[in-house]
Amino acid sequence: MSGTPDISHSDLRPPPRPRMRFALSDPRFRGLVWQVAILGLVGFVGWFLVRTTNINLDHRHIATGFGFLDRVAGIPITETLVPYDPGKDVYGRAILIGILNTLRVAVIGIVLATLLGTVIGIGRLSPNWLLAKLTAGYVETLRDIPLLLQLLFWYTLLQGLPPPKQAFQIGESFFLSNRGIKYPWPVWTPELGWTLMAVAIGIVVTLIWRRQARSIHNATGRRLAVWPVGVGAILIAPTALFIAFGAPLTFDVPALRGFNFVGGGLLGPELGALLTGLVIYSSSYIAEIVRAGIEAVPKGQWEAGGALGLRRGILLRRIVIPQALRVIVPPLTSQYLNLVKNSSLAIAIGYQDIVSVASTTFSQTGQAIEGILIIMLVYLAFSLSISLFMNWYNARITLVER
Amino acid sequence: MSEITVPGVAPKGPIGKAVFWARANLFNSWLNTIITLVIIYGVVRLVPPVIQWAFLDSVWSAPDNSVCRAALGACWAFIGVWYRFILFGRFPYDEQWRPLLVCFIFIALLLMSCDRRFWNSWLMLIWVAGTAVIATLMWGGVLGMTFVETDLWNGLPLTLILAVFGLGFAFPLAILLALGRRSHMPAIRALSVGYIEFIRGVPLITVLFMASVMLPLFLPTGTTINKLLRAEVAFILFSAAYLAEVVRGGLQAVPKGQFEAADALGLSYRQKMQKIVLPQALTIAIPPLVNTFIGAFKDTSLVIVIGLFDLLNTANAALNDPAWRGYYVEAYVMISIIYFVFCFFMSRYSQHLEMSFNKGKRR
Repeated sequence: MSGTPDISHSDLRPPPRPRMRFALSDPRFRGLVWQVAILGLVGFVGWFLVRTTNINLDHRHIATGFGFLDRVAGIPITETLVPYDPGKDVYGRAILIGILNTLRVAVIGIVLATLLGTVIGIGRLSPNWLLAKLTAGYVETLRDIPLLLQLLFWYTLLQGLPPPKQAFQIGESFFLSNRGIKYPWPVWTPELGWTLMAVAIGIVVTLIWRRQARSIHNATGRRLAVWPVGVGAILIAPTALFIAFGAPLTFDVPALRGFNFVGGGLLGPELGALLTGLVIYSSSYIAEIVRAGIEAVPKGQWEAGGALGLRRGILLRRIVIPQALRVIVPPLTSQYLNLVKNSSLAIAIGYQDIVSVASTTFSQTGQAIEGILIIMLVYLAFSLSISLFMNWYNARITLVER
Repeated sequence: MSEITVPGVAPKGPIGKAVFWARANLFNSWLNTIITLVIIYGVVRLVPPVIQWAFLDSVWSAPDNSVCRAALGACWAFIGVWYRFILFGRFPYDEQWRPLLVCFIFIALLLMSCDRRFWNSWLMLIWVAGTAVIATLMWGGVLGMTFVETDLWNGLPLTLILAVFGLGFAFPLAILLALGRRSHMPAIRALSVGYIEFIRGVPLITVLFMASVMLPLFLPTGTTINKLLRAEVAFILFSAAYLAEVVRGGLQAVPKGQFEAADALGLSYRQKMQKIVLPQALTIAIPPLVNTFIGAFKDTSLVIVIGLFDLLNTANAALNDPAWRGYYVEAYVMISIIYFVFCFFMSRYSQHLEMSFNKGKRR
């Protein structure tokens, strides 16, 4: 760039930085002063808050620390994934149950919302005029109504169902009443566990084989089929094992005793309403993300694929979707984060997630700061793990530029 | 795949055109034919019962609930009896013209702010004046109006106060945070990043809890802050983090040459940001900002968990009246329409702005 052609490398080194002058006219010194001033201010405010809080806590005789986690909780929790007895178990375990409940809503909600959102997003691009208008109306309406309102609506709707005695019966043993949906659930046996283990091993074997097949394909051009191995390892082998065990599958079927059902699995009205509301609300956002992603793929890509003679399935899988995903994944990540954070609205309809359990805890023990700290840490951990996973996935699918 | 048009067989007459359109848009493949038939079947099964419920079998006005209990359809009479409570809550009944006027002032101010002709320094002054009028009308105590506690500011005015002032105060904070995040000073950058990421990582409910439960502990004994202010503070702190990220997006979209040109002119940091960078960054960021506003407007309904009576909570309170229990669909439909109108207007406005900003770039 410089004018002289015989310039040597040593001349291109940046000039030595002038020493910082301790005067306000030096921008670097000014920056230092600003930073010290702002840090000092933040530090002072922090110190003041901690001091007054300690004084206030002393005044009100509120204990501090996490000792309360070992005390017996006595919070009744209706839906639990692991055994819990309110008479015996401690606050720590109640909070663990709350975390698991939040996790359950988050996982099921993310899966269902992604599926529904993708279907609706593709529906908006359909050449079918009716379908396109219908899905557009769905998206426009549901995005503009607060989630809390939708949750309350679904919850009240589910509570309006008939009591267990007049429950709707679906099929042989599904019952829909204002206590939720009761469904048959397999009785757990060790043999069943082994069978599930065999399925897991089958999936791993298939994945390893797929990798192997792909590297052989890349090296020699020989194509090896993946699906026979998959069917054999995931379906046939576990089924054979299951039959060898003597097919030990019995179901715990719900039955009406007195005023309520006993036995079977339960999908409570709280969880049902929360999932319905979250999935429907989030799917309207995900639909827009999917639509924008697919629309971002230039039309020439479709046409070029078609000109190469690719079948529609391969065209979608190999050309369009990989490019659309690059646009879709970053906003989808923040949508997943929103779904997890929105699941905290469970408290408004009485589903016992982490917010609900922790707030019951702090109203019983009076230790609000610790309670809120636990909730915040749990959500930060969730957010961080989703971000990390989605960043890893995004890096995997991102365009490698050469 | 693509349509083949044969000259000479163009459709003639309105019926011919309609048939042609339907064949092109509804029945152009066997899959689309199935989809169309399924949708038509669904519409035929669902829409008539809904119309029957909402309009034909419904009760539009009734002095008490007995007529509604007998009817099969919707009980819009519930809205007729309760709409003033749902809109204004426990504000003294005889003076509910005051919150009504406040709502109109809010709408007028917002509409004015939407028009680009008013985007100048006068707008700020008009907002200050409008805020003063709103405060006088809500509090009262002068000009023969009775004094009204903030506890009685319920319903739609509360929702608007939380949303508009929350965002209004969050916005300057957001600009500072966004500038801080892009600053070259490591301490300031770390503080901004920490704040933004922390707030964005936790749900609004926890921030509201913090404001309602922990704020009293933070302050010296004896000082009390009323509930509304606490919720407003939580709302400002929460929205600022989200707005800051949008503003940062706008700052990143400003070409580097603009910064360098400002530096070359010898402008100070303040002049550079105020005169060169921020006007461009904020213009770019307006459409996503409006989307964030929509989200924040809907999020005001969360104040229900700390016991404030916003639009949604007054409806819940009305539904708790034993005489009128069970008409939640009617109540929620009314609230949904109000939220929908505000949000729909904002999203259309954002689309309109995006179009007009892109006008210069289109060929």
